[in-house]
Amino acid sequence: MNTAVCIKQVPDTTEVRIDPETNALVREGVPSIVNPFDAHATEEAVRLKERYGGTVTIISMGPPQATEAIKKCISFGADRGILLSDRAFAGSDTWATSYIIAAGLKRLMSEQPVDLILCGKQAIDGDTAQVGPGLARRLNLPQITYAISIEEVNLDARRVKVGRRLETGVEVVEAPLPALLTCVEEMNEIRYASLPNMIRAARYEPEVWGRDDLEVEDELLGFNGSPTVVSKIFAPPEREPGEIIPGGTEDPTGVAAVIADKLIEALGATASV
Amino acid sequence: MATDVSNKFDVIVVGAGLAGLAAAHTCAQAGLETIVIERGTKPGTKNVMGGVLYTRPTAKVFPEFWKDAPVERPVIEQGAWLLTSDSAIKLAYRSQRFADDPPNAFTVLRVKLDKYFADQAEKSGALVICETLVEEVLTDGDNVIGVRCGRAEGDLYAPVVIIAEGVNSELTRQLGMQTDLKLDDTASVVKELIRLDPKVIEDRFNLSGEHEGTTIEMYGDATLGMLGTAFVYTNKDSISLGVGFLLSQAVEAAQTPYDMLQRLKQHSMVAPLIEGGETGEYMTHMIPEGGYNRMPQLFGHGVMVVGDAAMLVNGIHREGSNYALLSGQLAAETAIEAHENGDFSGKTLSHYRARLLDETPILRDLRKYRNAAHYVESHPALLSTYPDLVSDAMYEMLNVDDVPKRQKQWEIVRMVLRARSLVGMAWDGIDGARSML
Repeated sequence: MNTAVCIKQVPDTTEVRIDPETNALVREGVPSIVNPFDAHATEEAVRLKERYGGTVTIISMGPPQATEAIKKCISFGADRGILLSDRAFAGSDTWATSYIIAAGLKRLMSEQPVDLILCGKQAIDGDTAQVGPGLARRLNLPQITYAISIEEVNLDARRVKVGRRLETGVEVVEAPLPALLTCVEEMNEIRYASLPNMIRAARYEPEVWGRDDLEVEDELLGFNGSPTVVSKIFAPPEREPGEIIPGGTEDPTGVAAVIADKLIEALGATASV
Repeated sequence: MATDVSNKFDVIVVGAGLAGLAAAHTCAQAGLETIVIERGTKPGTKNVMGGVLYTRPTAKVFPEFWKDAPVERPVIEQGAWLLTSDSAIKLAYRSQRFADDPPNAFTVLRVKLDKYFADQAEKSGALVICETLVEEVLTDGDNVIGVRCGRAEGDLYAPVVIIAEGVNSELTRQLGMQTDLKLDDTASVVKELIRLDPKVIEDRFNLSGEHEGTTIEMYGDATLGMLGTAFVYTNKDSISLGVGFLLSQAVEAAQTPYDMLQRLKQHSMVAPLIEGGETGEYMTHMIPEGGYNRMPQLFGHGVMVVGDAAMLVNGIHREGSNYALLSGQLAAETAIEAHENGDFSGKTLSHYRARLLDETPILRDLRKYRNAAHYVESHPALLSTYPDLVSDAMYEMLNVDDVPKRQKQWEIVRMVLRARSLVGMAWDGIDGARSML
């Protein structure tokens, strides 16, 4: 059972500020991390390897320093890491990015069978959640988004059974292999890496595949291949704090009455619009 | 899965500070399989120093480092200020000779610098493993044989372990090489990085550009008369402002580090230097101050202790990082020698101590000042009464009024004698000479 995990190196947004004038992220001096959802996807792939055997391959697109993120995933227990990196890839939007990573995955799949592709549900810097589904479409694979659990992989029947997180609960669906999943962080808890894995990661040098290593067309790469236009960036307004009505334990009836009045008032206001 | 990874190395270094990285770099260059275990997320993230790095000792380990290392400014002027509550007696030495290539010293920021040195060690072949705590030293009888890390399958083995874990070393205590530290064995230092435009820094400190920097050490009221110093160092686009003081005295005076730093920032001599700056980072750390008298055993069977863990800090001369680098290098050279001879006994590793004594001034300097800290501590007048006296005397002499100069001189003498007897002053001087010379 071989799994490929698509990861992205992102700035640690807990330390990112937004420039009030340009509305752009201030990335200077901000440490880079593995996109948290992708880290959970990697952890899940390593758990699958422990359950079913096989290998875990990490694939990422980014500048040369993104090898650091791949090495981090090696310390989680992945076996192999590939960075798609080339000046020609710079400036890619999600459309071009999924094109390039799909080409990388195609090359990987020509070298070895891949049963499952795992992605994080979205990256915390762009929050688009488009690259995973884009990959599935380009590779013509069934996709299961918001995966919260992998119930079973049946390698004989070539099927996977996956729990999806919905707003109202968990939906369990099946898909034929190979399939692509985008993972949510509740899927697992990332384990503390073992020392041998840390040592392996410190020694590991990820493979780097450039434009010439992939079957791609130049006009579909980078800026040229990116139809997305960012027309405006703005910081969301701060949410106003909610009102807290105390005294629920001492006087539940009274508090309920206050809440009811407020609801009626709010509904009345809406109805009158 | 990971069973293919060997847990046996030629040398294990605990701690990726300057001492540990110097040791690892030197060992790896000689072809020894070297692993460094660091508890911080990256080298440098757990380290604090005032911020002056001396070029020549550093270049012994990392030749010509200043050409590509992220240093801040060459130090061309060093000042010493004796502060009272409202005055300062300032002494400074500035020389263009300090700007020669290479300069005598640089101001530095450790997070950037340690990353650079770690990269050098890795390029030489050392493995640097971060976010990992060494919980204990593994021994077999009297021999140190490895370390246990706080991770699954965390045991590592090597015939030589170099302990470079910094001040307050748990591992040397575990091995019985050091007794528990006492309060007056360590100083506490608090430091803020205050961001300012480079032009503003250059104007305020009389510097002609990025190639010039200055350091100021402050005594007296800067530490409330406690044994310690405050400091202002110029970086490229920030100022390192800090204060260090003996923990035992701070406890007695019921002063928190934060209060001390706030007080310093508001001092009328300091406030104009940092005005308009934005505080970037706030950090605090311990500095070993035990000196020669409180040094741990420096070597044992299969183990050597370097840097702050070995109390190799000269508080009087603001030297610590150079001691760390050189002790790391000498321990590494001893480890290389031990590997050549296949003998890791204390007898071979004792050559490390011999090298520290013969090839560097470190042990001789520390021995010279073995009682200096105690002297200042036991003569509290030095940093409280005397600064006030000198300040008042200067004020009297420079203040132009109706009093004739001869009368002023006599008044000064009377004032001094009221504050401290001639005999007392004589003993202060004699004791001082004894402890410093």
